[in-house]
Amino acid sequence: MTGYLRDVAALARKDLLLELRGRDTLPAMLLFVVAMLVAFRFALPREVEGAAEGLLWVAIVFTALLGLTRAFVPEREQGVLDALVLAPADRSAIWLGKVIAVFAFLVAVEAIAVPAFWIFFAPLGWATVAAILLANVGICTVGALLAAMAAAGRARELLMPLLFLPLAIPIVIGGVGATVVAEPGRYLGFLALYDAVFAILAWATFEYVVVE
Amino acid sequence: MLLGGGVALALLWAPEDADQGASQRIFYIHVPIALTAYAMFGWGAWKALRLLGKREERYDLESYTAVHMGVIFGVLTLVSGSIWARASWGVWWDWRDNQLVLFLILFLFYSAYFMLRYSLAPGASRANISAVYALFGVVLIPVSFLAIRLAESFLHPGPVVLTRDVGENVPGSMLLTFCVCLAGMLALAAALYRSELLGKRVDARLRELREALA
Repeated sequence: MTGYLRDVAALARKDLLLELRGRDTLPAMLLFVVAMLVAFRFALPREVEGAAEGLLWVAIVFTALLGLTRAFVPEREQGVLDALVLAPADRSAIWLGKVIAVFAFLVAVEAIAVPAFWIFFAPLGWATVAAILLANVGICTVGALLAAMAAAGRARELLMPLLFLPLAIPIVIGGVGATVVAEPGRYLGFLALYDAVFAILAWATFEYVVVE
Repeated sequence: MLLGGGVALALLWAPEDADQGASQRIFYIHVPIALTAYAMFGWGAWKALRLLGKREERYDLESYTAVHMGVIFGVLTLVSGSIWARASWGVWWDWRDNQLVLFLILFLFYSAYFMLRYSLAPGASRANISAVYALFGVVLIPVSFLAIRLAESFLHPGPVVLTRDVGENVPGSMLLTFCVCLAGMLALAAALYRSELLGKRVDARLRELREALA
C-alpha cells in the first residue's frame, strides 16, 4: 500500500511541477473565474436573494471544467499515458495522482475567487466553504476520469463539457443548497455521499479507460 | 416482435376503462415509457458491466443498443410528460415535476454518450470507455433523483400541492390497465431492442466483409 501511495505522490508531484514550470493552466483558471464574477455582476440587474450565491457555483464548475479539459492533454499528446500504463504500478494511481493535482489547482483558484466573491457580492458562511471543499472532491474525481475519456477522442475540448456538466448538476444542487439554506447539513451530507459514490466508481473503472 | 406489436395494440385500447378525466389517461402511456427507459438504461449498464468483466465484444453492441433504446424512450417520456403538464397544469414545462427534470438531466447525459462514442475510433478502447460511461449513468440516476428532491426545498419553499402518485386507493381496473401497459411497453422495447441489435450486427458484419474484400 505504501508503494501505491508513493506512486500517487510521484504522479501528483509531476503534475504540480509541470504547472510550476510551465504555468499553463492556473493563470488561465484564475483570470477566467475573476472575469466571470465581473460578468455576473452585470448579469444580475436587480438584487435577487441568493442569485449571486447560485452564480458562484456556476463559476466554480466552469472554472474546474477549464482546468479539467487540459488535465490529460499533455499525457496524450506526448505518449506519456502509454508509458504510465505500462509502468509496474496500479493504473488507478494515475487517476488518483491526477485528482490530487487538479484538486490543488482548484483550491488555489478558489483561494482567490471566494474572497473576490466576498468583496464583489456578499459574505459567505463556513458552510459554503465546507461545501466548496466537498464539491471539489466530487468535481476532481469525476472530472479526472471524464478527462481521460475525452482525451482519447477526437473532439476532446468539445466533448469534455458535454460529458461533465450533466454529472455536475447534482454538485451544483448540493452546493447551492448548502449556501442558501439556513441548515445546510443535508446538503453537505449529500455532497459527501456524491463524493464517496463516484470516487469508488471512478477508482474502480479508471483502468478500463486507459487500457486498450 | 409480433407479440410486441400485439401488446402495443392492447396499449391503445386499454385506457378506455379509465374513469378519470381524459388527461389522466396519458398516465398509462407516460409512466410505462419512463419505467421502460430506466429499464433500458439499467440493461445497458448491466451489459457494460459484463463487457468489463468478460471482455467479449458482443456486449459492447448490446450495451450501445440498450442505451440507444433508453434515449428514445427517454425523449418520449419528456414529450409525453410535457403534454401531460400542458393538459393538467396548463404549462408545457414545470420545474416542480421531479421526474421530468430528472429525465432532462439523463437525456443530456446520454446524448453525450453518443458524442463520446462517435468521437472515438472503433475498437476495444471505445468499448471500454462507453461501458464505463454507461455505468456512470446508472449511478447518476439515483444520485440525481436525490439531488432534485433536495433542490425542491430551496427552489420552491412551501408545500408542493401536486400529488401525482396514483397512491393507495387505486381501483383494480386502473391498476390492471397500468400493468398491461407496462408489460406492453416493456415488450415493445424488448422487440425494438432485438431488431435494432440484429440490424446493428448485420451492419457490423457487412462492414467487416467489405473491409475483407477491399
